[in-house]
Amino acid sequence: MKRRTLLGSAAALVASTALPAFAQEEKLKVGFIYVGPVGDGGWTYQHDLARQAVEREYGDRVETTYIESVPEGADAERAITQLALSGHKLIFTTSFGFMDATINVAKKFPDVKFEHATGYKTAENVATYDARFYEGRAVLGTIAGRMTKSNKIGYIGSFPIPEVVQGINSAYIHARKVNPDVEMKVVWAYTWFDPAKEADAAAALIAEGVDVFMQHTDSTAPLAKAQEAGAFGFGQASDMSNFAPQPRLASIIDNWEPYYIKRVGEALEGTWKSHGVWLGIGDGEVVIGEITDAVPAEVKAEAEALRDQIASGEYHPFTGPLNKQDGTPWLAEGQAASDEELSSMNFYVEGITAPMPK
Amino acid sequence: MMIDPLSVFILLLGAATPILFAALGELVVERAGVLNLGVEGMMITGALAGFAAAHASGSPALGFIAAAVAGAALSMTFAALTQFLLSNQVATGLALTLFGLGLTAMFGKPYEGMKAPAMMPGPLGLNWMIWLGIALVPVVWWFLSRTRPGLILRAVGENHDAAHGLGYPVRRVRILAIGFGGALAGMGGAYISIATVLQWTEGMTAGAGWIALAIVVFAQWNPWGVLAGAWLFGGVTVLQLRLQAAGVAVPVQLLSMAPYLATIIVLVLISARQKFGRSGGGAAPASLGRPFHALK
Repeated sequence: MKRRTLLGSAAALVASTALPAFAQEEKLKVGFIYVGPVGDGGWTYQHDLARQAVEREYGDRVETTYIESVPEGADAERAITQLALSGHKLIFTTSFGFMDATINVAKKFPDVKFEHATGYKTAENVATYDARFYEGRAVLGTIAGRMTKSNKIGYIGSFPIPEVVQGINSAYIHARKVNPDVEMKVVWAYTWFDPAKEADAAAALIAEGVDVFMQHTDSTAPLAKAQEAGAFGFGQASDMSNFAPQPRLASIIDNWEPYYIKRVGEALEGTWKSHGVWLGIGDGEVVIGEITDAVPAEVKAEAEALRDQIASGEYHPFTGPLNKQDGTPWLAEGQAASDEELSSMNFYVEGITAPMPK
Repeated sequence: MMIDPLSVFILLLGAATPILFAALGELVVERAGVLNLGVEGMMITGALAGFAAAHASGSPALGFIAAAVAGAALSMTFAALTQFLLSNQVATGLALTLFGLGLTAMFGKPYEGMKAPAMMPGPLGLNWMIWLGIALVPVVWWFLSRTRPGLILRAVGENHDAAHGLGYPVRRVRILAIGFGGALAGMGGAYISIATVLQWTEGMTAGAGWIALAIVVFAQWNPWGVLAGAWLFGGVTVLQLRLQAAGVAVPVQLLSMAPYLATIIVLVLISARQKFGRSGGGAAPASLGRPFHALK
């Protein structure tokens, strides 16, 4: 090859790679890191629905990418870095355990914006967003307390982190409110997604006499187990409506669409700022799915009334008088828990007999 | 607080069955001198194929047969690569796992949210697959230690050059063993989708294949040891969940760690025994993981 043609082809190569880059400059690449597969039918599925909503909303102005089933831990940092290196300017990391990885990568890529779900560490380019799941749990707890015949309700926890502990406490407080004899059994699965283990956890609860339970793990396996055993459960993260009316009584839905659309829009406009937000039923981020006919009309009305009171801000699910598990006073009569207290909650309320894992 | 030991044992049998099937299959593969790390991939393939067939036909039994066929079929890609093209067994096995997970994620989409047909209860209220898994243990033991084909299989696994010199078809024995391992891994996976979880979910085996691999080592390549290992691993999971449900403070991390610690201790004992001269039976097959070529 002559030197001139070599130079010519080199120039053509440069032009061909550079030109599309200019043409695409307007297009915002948005990345998503998921902890489970998009087909989990729960947590990750809901995040992916919101990602698709972002694509629909902004069409050609955005390009989205996701990496699914990323383990929480060292590998998460690699996955996030990979997205940042491949030109993604806004990255959503959608599990609590991605917190430190997100912060570490954010330090290396100051011009990339990060959104971390359910964490508490923010930075100039790292915002956090969370949902007040405990508000929804209050409604589910009310239904569970009314529906149990054995007076034993159960809870499949993932990891003993504040987000999950809030849910257990909130569900218990509201179940006890309508049924003073109710007992709460808790099983920690120590996984977000392991259908076989989640099913075994459900079986363990059912074997202990539990007939209505909630879950804070991501798959539909516990509902399938409840169906087989004639027990009741609730849709978790997603509606899981194909399990209605037995065993699914209602559901707590994470609706990330409004938030994702808003934040991607801000990134496009250049008005994106770091923040830490915590949105609940009132903001439409936590949604109670249809309460089925298996639930008596008066219980349904009671649950819906509670939901509406929480949505309007008239009632806070953690309102005193409430004591901690060991009997020490926590909230005085009429006093509501502060967000700081809730976001570091590592204790059960009085009445739950299960031991808190260390 | 008391929990009924019988009910724990029944749950244990269910939790142990998928890993028992997969580990028994892998045991035969490894005794033939082949290390197939693709157990997880074959399990998840069996989980999907079994669920799809059971759902379409309404018969769990047909589901398990389909799962065995699918697991064996997938294992044949491993057999072709490692036995004919002499690829590295570790890398090929890992690729098989990744391939199985990806393949099922793609083909499993239409089956999400569907329900499995009910399992037929067998004797003592336990389903037939639990019984079949337990029954396979003495069968595999008898085959390996008391039959001529079993002896040939072990000879191939211990020293493939000598076996070849005696005129045994090393490659054919290994391919059959790989297919058997694939079929059992597929059935183990199908147990998770059809009997445990009762539906198809992407990635649902969640590491059971790796546990099966650990159990084979823990068992020192002995079928009875595999049964003990499967009950130990399954039992620890079930017991800690039951203790939690009963409100007992259990050190979950310690309990979950215990079977793996036991596996490491067994490994240490094996190598100590080899180092200090007394190479007893039961240690790893001597030709494990080594490629065989007749014209070497």
